[in-house]
Amino acid sequence: MHEWALAESVVLTVLRVAEERNAARVLRVRIKLGELQQVEEEIFSTALRELSKNTPAEDAEFSLAREPAVLKCNRCSHEWKVERDKLKPEEAELIHFLPEAAHTYLRCPRCGSPDFAIESGRGVWIESVELG
Amino acid sequence: MREAEKQLSGVRRVVCVGSGKGGVGKSLVSATAALLLSQRSRRVGLLDLDFYGPSAHLILGAWDLMPTEDRGVVPPEIHGVRLMSIAPYIGEGPSALRGSDATHAMLELLAITRWGELDLLLVDMPPGTGDEILDVVKFIPAAEWLVVSTPSKLSIQTVRRLLLLLRETGSKIMGAIENMAEGEACVEEFCRAEGVQFLGSVPRDPKVERAIGRPELLLRTEFARRLEAIVRKLK
Ligand SMILES: Nc1ncnc2c1ncn2[C@@H]1O[C@H](COP(=O)(O)OP(=O)(O)O)[C@@H](O)[C@H]1O
Ligand SMILES: [Mg+2]
Ligand SMILES: [Zn+2]
Repeated sequence: MHEWALAESVVLTVLRVAEERNAARVLRVRIKLGELQQVEEEIFSTALRELSKNTPAEDAEFSLAREPAVLKCNRCSHEWKVERDKLKPEEAELIHFLPEAAHTYLRCPRCGSPDFAIESGRGVWIESVELG
Repeated sequence: MREAEKQLSGVRRVVCVGSGKGGVGKSLVSATAALLLSQRSRRVGLLDLDFYGPSAHLILGAWDLMPTEDRGVVPPEIHGVRLMSIAPYIGEGPSALRGSDATHAMLELLAITRWGELDLLLVDMPPGTGDEILDVVKFIPAAEWLVVSTPSKLSIQTVRRLLLLLRETGSKIMGAIENMAEGEACVEEFCRAEGVQFLGSVPRDPKVERAIGRPELLLRTEFARRLEAIVRKLK
């Protein structure tokens, strides 16, 4: 997917934060990955390390945590978690590229509606940055 | 959003084909224009932003082409046109997207697509003068607008609304094309009144339907010949 583009945004943001706070080094960065987005952690970690070389974030520890995908039905208000291993592999792959494809393949388990909101589990964001 | 900007950094020019109205020929005009430009050896991309009725892949006969995965996705090329659409991801299924879902889907497509170097990226816009327009204006502020209208008053009135919105948001308007023209020069008159450049007319061409999904055939229609005269003006 766009692990490299995502990693670049993360590194740029982290470096900007470090610069704004006049920090010499970045110690630790906590990153959350939406479950639906299914970022390949290995590629993402490699990209983070590569892109932070020769920057104040060079030795930073990048820790990745998953945020579960929670959907909420707009018709009956039922909320449910998407279990990745229960998805058909082809569909999981398509949703991984484009989380909104979930509206094509998933249905509310209670009422069958395709009209639901993705409450959490999409996107990638920085939860915290520790500076040195 | 920064990712979208980066993916578009090799694109010289983004031209959105819009109208506000559905069924006026935005998809046919944008796909055919992309083919014509590619024939004139321009590096051209086509982004289909109609998430409810994606059509570009149907017109180009590219329904089974998947983008390839490589540090993002690389759009498949068909007759020299790099095509990106929601279609490969939703197949023939419905897309029950609300406004904010559509915004996310658009941002996602912009963020993952590696266009590379392009002289021109044509954007096939969905109907509507709400979210769909505001999102593009926000995320691709440099986009220029090519509006398509039929001679019908119903089309012209909606186009007028779209133009007002585009003007207020500071967007650049390239001009207007009249599609399915017949007889009176209604759109040309409208353009004069609105101070918008009139780029030309394309007639209704019954041969077009058979050429859908067959780009070689489409390029040989009267529709394409007339559109070519307009495309040539898009310096
Ligand atoms: N100049 C034309 N001559 C004949 N048919 C046309 C012409 N322009 C568009 N069409 C047909 O009209 C229909 C709507 O066109 P389309 O490009 O899908 O419109 P939009 O994208 O604005 O909704 C399609 O079936 C298309 O093939
Ligand atoms: Mg269309
Ligand atoms: Zn429900």
